[in-house]
Amino acid sequence: MLEILGKTNIDFMGKRRLAFLFSGIMVVLGLVAVIQIARGSANLGIDFAGGTAVQLKFDQAIRIDEARKALETNGLSDAELQEFGQENKLLIRLKASTTIEEKVAERVVAVFTKEFPSNHFVVDSSTEIGPTIGQKLQQDALIAVLISFAGIILYVAARFEFRFGIAAALATFHDVLAVLGAFYILDKEITLLVVTALLTLAGYSMTDTVVVFDRIRENLRMRRRDSEETIINNAVNQVLSRTIVTSLTVVLVLIPLTLAGGEVLHDFSLALLWGVIFGTYSSIFVASPLLLLWPGASGRMLKRS
Amino acid sequence: MKKVSGRLTLLALVVVVSVIFFIPSFQPLYQALPDWAKRVMPNKGITLGLDLQGGIHLVMEVDEDRAVEIAVDRSVVSLQDLLVDKKIPVESVTRTGPTQVTIQFQNAELKAQIQKMIDEYPTFNETESAGSANRLVWELREMEIKRIKDSAINQALETIRNRIDQFGVAEPMVQRQGLKQIVVQLPGVKEPKRAKDLIKETALLEFKMLDEDNQLKLDLPARIPKEKEAEVLKQAEAKLPEGDQILFERAVDKDTGREYRIPYLVKKRVMLTGDVLSDARVSIGQFNDPYVSISFDAKGGREFERITGDNVKKRMAVVLDNTIYSAPVIQERITGGRAQITGTFSTQEANDLAIVLRAGALPAPLKIIQDLTVGPSLGKDSIEKGVRATLFAGAMVVVFMMVYYRMSGVIADFALALNLLCLIGALSALNATLTLPGIAGIVLTIGMGVDSNVLIFERIREELRLGKAVRLAVDGGYEKALLTIVDSHVTTLITGVALFLFGTGPIKGFAVTLCLGIGINLFTALVGTKVIFDLMNQRHKVEQLSI
Repeated sequence: MLEILGKTNIDFMGKRRLAFLFSGIMVVLGLVAVIQIARGSANLGIDFAGGTAVQLKFDQAIRIDEARKALETNGLSDAELQEFGQENKLLIRLKASTTIEEKVAERVVAVFTKEFPSNHFVVDSSTEIGPTIGQKLQQDALIAVLISFAGIILYVAARFEFRFGIAAALATFHDVLAVLGAFYILDKEITLLVVTALLTLAGYSMTDTVVVFDRIRENLRMRRRDSEETIINNAVNQVLSRTIVTSLTVVLVLIPLTLAGGEVLHDFSLALLWGVIFGTYSSIFVASPLLLLWPGASGRMLKRS
Repeated sequence: MKKVSGRLTLLALVVVVSVIFFIPSFQPLYQALPDWAKRVMPNKGITLGLDLQGGIHLVMEVDEDRAVEIAVDRSVVSLQDLLVDKKIPVESVTRTGPTQVTIQFQNAELKAQIQKMIDEYPTFNETESAGSANRLVWELREMEIKRIKDSAINQALETIRNRIDQFGVAEPMVQRQGLKQIVVQLPGVKEPKRAKDLIKETALLEFKMLDEDNQLKLDLPARIPKEKEAEVLKQAEAKLPEGDQILFERAVDKDTGREYRIPYLVKKRVMLTGDVLSDARVSIGQFNDPYVSISFDAKGGREFERITGDNVKKRMAVVLDNTIYSAPVIQERITGGRAQITGTFSTQEANDLAIVLRAGALPAPLKIIQDLTVGPSLGKDSIEKGVRATLFAGAMVVVFMMVYYRMSGVIADFALALNLLCLIGALSALNATLTLPGIAGIVLTIGMGVDSNVLIFERIREELRLGKAVRLAVDGGYEKALLTIVDSHVTTLITGVALFLFGTGPIKGFAVTLCLGIGINLFTALVGTKVIFDLMNQRHKVEQLSI
């Protein structure tokens, strides 16, 4: 039997203060990101904020500062430029202040045709999104988040106990906020795909938490003598190797996708990757200790059997 | 021990069904099949999304208010005609608001006479606010405004459909979304810009008379560079005669190849519109220059004959979307219901013009509010990278499971393969559209599929540690892991459903893959692998489980 971890007996609950401190910081970061998004000053993708994105693929390498200068001299000064490595790809983004009626994408193409006549290029993709659509997408994304959270809390509360539902939801919120905060700090663009990734990782993190809770519930029923802290600690230790192995397999899948899945999938996979790491951490260090914080939790047993 | 034969049959059946649905998604495989098999098999598999095969996704809004204005403008013109016919001298008839027409006249005695004419325009109301002896104000009725707006979007849908049909795109989608939006999807379009222009063009064809008497007085320049249009308009604004407007002809200098504009003074009154066209075709002129020959329907032909007869030796402008294509002198009364639109355009432009004229005009301008265009090369890139990353990720997981769980890991890998097969089979059966996030969804399913097996195996190991016999340990492991697996899958399913309900486009694709994957996961983990363990135990008593 090959095992990464043998039988462990780590005092996870004893480290809850440290964990809560760390998680608290991540949550605050995430909340800052949420507030900045609401204020419109975060790096929202054009699918939410509205605007234009054009991706060009050149025959020869193109220097980003020259490209920027060319755009500026032609009156497109607020462009954001991004290169994609060896393939001579250039992504030009212009945010919502420029409306779609001006045919910004066509203007961008015209600028490069004029300024770089010897460097032939093809338009890989062009996206133009009006501000009204962006708002609708923001709204839809928010509704999707709220509905899935409500659904999950209800399900977990029904299958376990109310405090389990709340703890699981809080832990999941924590994961989503932590990844959002990390994206905000790194000034990564928050696109529709990233939001999809956040929702998916919410589902994943919940799965992870549910597995741990399942074992806690089982142990609570069987061993009524021990203190709840001991029971929870034992449960976490028992499922630890499972938790590590499953996270490892998902991480194994996500790493190649992040590194080699292409530019469209990169941020998406990255968000999921961090999500899995946070999700694993939170099911052990956040969700489980939260159960202990519930008023009058110690000594209370599960009613259902 | 439960009987395994039933479950084995079920498993075999699922595999066969999956393969049958799976094959059409792989054309090389499908093409190699004998004819009889092709007839039995479904012939449609997974469609690639726009992000994978390239194409256009447009969301447009009909400018409804403009449609109402255009309708009011038409009434103004017809009222002017009617007043001329009845020889009632009025000062002006103008549209004074989005839905309002104001009639000014010198002679207050005419008021009653004009007031009566509203009978001919039942869609208008006289408003009380015009308490003047020399003025009448008519307002379009609410019901009519609503009707115009409603029909505007339906008409736009119809027109766009016609145009796209004639342009020729495989599997286009034109749909109404919400109250006033139109979604157009054109997968695999090679010339996105041309397609977009074709859809967006209002294509309102009008015949208007030049005001040659006043043109000289206005002292318009003979030709101007195309940027100077606004300047010319501004200069002439003050001197513009009532009922006239300046329109520009687009022309190209034969020597330099530069585009320039010729300004013309044109009477606002529309003589004839494109409504009366019955056909439009591209022809090639004697100097190899393409032009569009149009045919009028019976009514239009008679009308055209009358107009040309009344205006011999005068110049008539052919105006499309407020740009003059040509302004020929009418040499004689034109009978036979045919005319030509010449101008400086390439054969392709002439071709597109013929298409939009045949398909009819849009009731109002369209506003593009979302435009996603993906070139074919990016799509190919994405597929290659996505597939390569997926295969690599899959291989890593397969190897890991074999190393960590040995023989049982191989069983888990078998479940994984089954999972993938079923998932692609299910997607094919649904004729689902595979997007890039969809591929990510498949990869995620692989990751989660392993999760279930890990849960079971860890439980079995625990049971074995307690010293239970292999058969009991396996049964116990499955039984104890069951609830956990169901719980964890349901929570993910909730997320998937929320994404499906509120996601748009590619995200919906992701949600579909995720939800299907979860269902299939449950099946392969709880039935697929269990049946193999049972089979092993049934054949001979297993003393030592390789796990």
